[in-house]
Amino acid sequence: MKIKTLNNIFCPKLYLPLIFVLILVAIPYITSNSYILHLIIMMLFYAVLSGAWNILGGFAGQFSLGHAAFFGLGAYTSTLLFISRKISPWLGMFVGGGFAVISSLIIGFLCFRLRGHFFSLVTIAFSEVLRLLFLNWSSLTGGPVGLLVPLLGNSPIYFQFSSRKPYYFILLVMLLILVFFSYKIRKSQMGLFFLSIREDEVAAQSLGINILKYKLIALSISVFFIAIAGTFYAQYILFLHPDSAMSLNFSVEIALPSIIGGMGTIWGPVVGSFILTPISEFIRALLGGGYAGVYLIIHGGILILTVLLVPSGVTEKIIKYYESVLKKMPGGRNH
Amino acid sequence: MEFTVLAQAIVNGLLMGGLYALISIGLTLIFGVMRIINFAHGDLMMLAMYITYWMFTLYGIDPFISLLMTIPTLFVIGIVIQKFLINRVLEAPPASQMFLTLGVMLIAQNVALLIWKADYRAIRTYYTGSVVNLSGVFVSIPRVVSFSISIILTCILYVFLTRTKSGRAMRATAQNREVASLMGVNISRIYTLAFGIGTACVGAAGTLLSTFYYISPTVGTVFTLTAFLTVVLGGMGSFTGALFGGLIVGLAESLGTVYTATQYRELITFILFIFILLLKPSGLFGKSRV
Repeated sequence: MKIKTLNNIFCPKLYLPLIFVLILVAIPYITSNSYILHLIIMMLFYAVLSGAWNILGGFAGQFSLGHAAFFGLGAYTSTLLFISRKISPWLGMFVGGGFAVISSLIIGFLCFRLRGHFFSLVTIAFSEVLRLLFLNWSSLTGGPVGLLVPLLGNSPIYFQFSSRKPYYFILLVMLLILVFFSYKIRKSQMGLFFLSIREDEVAAQSLGINILKYKLIALSISVFFIAIAGTFYAQYILFLHPDSAMSLNFSVEIALPSIIGGMGTIWGPVVGSFILTPISEFIRALLGGGYAGVYLIIHGGILILTVLLVPSGVTEKIIKYYESVLKKMPGGRNH
Repeated sequence: MEFTVLAQAIVNGLLMGGLYALISIGLTLIFGVMRIINFAHGDLMMLAMYITYWMFTLYGIDPFISLLMTIPTLFVIGIVIQKFLINRVLEAPPASQMFLTLGVMLIAQNVALLIWKADYRAIRTYYTGSVVNLSGVFVSIPRVVSFSISIILTCILYVFLTRTKSGRAMRATAQNREVASLMGVNISRIYTLAFGIGTACVGAAGTLLSTFYYISPTVGTVFTLTAFLTVVLGGMGSFTGALFGGLIVGLAESLGTVYTATQYRELITFILFIFILLLKPSGLFGKSRV
């Protein structure tokens, strides 16, 4: 019944997400307020990051706490190619994604024999190794000074724009691709394999599922999107530093929207990010740069409250309410 | 390689290893009894370091004296965390437990960042730079004293665990929760006690460490991972394993920095961690449950 309803454009289950997307598309045409656009860009940005994390963490149940490393890898690769070889970040983005996938395959091949906490711990160790390497390798990465992306003004070929609007739409497209991808994975046989690995690895293995292979697939899809988001970040913020782009705190921030929104759901990371990011952005705007960590204190608090009160994430609650609304929407009764 | 350089590295490594042992015993106690992995372990140590720093800077209290303050304070902090947070997720999936302690980590680190800023601080007492020259090998006095106190505390804890009723009940709970409960052990009291003692250990280690180590809001992360490394090496939940694991990790790090450079100390720790987890996940003494 549920599948059939999706074929019908008049079903609220389909037209409500469409309205949501249309609103997002319309916002830059309604307002040109640069702060509001920045806020929504950051909301979309964390939704993309966490949506990518969710493919590995939520679908396949492997909680990586080292995704910042792949983010940094993507960001630094495209930026360094841009600076030294004049290669457009549009291309560098995919080179960075490729690097991230290759390194993740090596790391995953080594680490996926570890389960639960120990997998998380070893991902922290790997990302810290990478962060310290980038911090000490000054001749390549600028080290502790950081790396400035050369400012070219408005040059779309080099992934730089003078207004926020193009950045906004690039991210929106990224998010839609990611959500579509997540949806396809969820509905596929592969998605079921991911799920079975998450629920019971031993049982999945005894049913003949190649666990390592599917964990590696989940990991490589996940880090590819993360690395691409890294390039976006570099081109948008125009500054990179190993301590901010590759830190453990950032890895936790990547995972946070999924945990709060609901791991393993398609909209969980989006909902999580749309709750968390405005809070952190408002706090930043309110307190200014001197109080860098305040929003992380609040994120920590929200994380603890979520674990204690709604362990499966808030999206589940929202969906329940949403479904009751659906029934009241025009066309809802017929399906 | 000159002999004195090597001897120097061995001495420094062992002295640091004594502190790693104390930190790791705290972690392994909590894991052994509750099967909880505390990601905020190093950050609780960081709190103890700051308490020690401010006690010294504001009131001139000697760091070693402030042990009398940090141990009870961290014991109470541990009990509060256990009672109000950990207790509620004991039956929850491991992921929830992990995220909960991650939340504590985020809060501890960033509260410290907010109050004390990202500056690196150090305690300068009259004995900070004092060393004894043993035929070319320089032995730092604060390190020796810290090491000794750390070993004494470890011994006290060992006696507590093996000779007292509460200690035995704790070990019984670690071995089998249900049976211990049937024998009349008050499990929830033991949990609280174990978490309190675990954080008190890391609190003591933080104070001892602050006599010769820098203090910053993020100093805890590397120690959390070092403690995990040590605990995995010695076998999860094993007391003696954590003790010897600590000494081995201290030695390995120190020798590693001799052959590379000092700024790579943390890097060596992390690489060591990866290698141990991948090559010998069952630990050196083969008791691990990885």
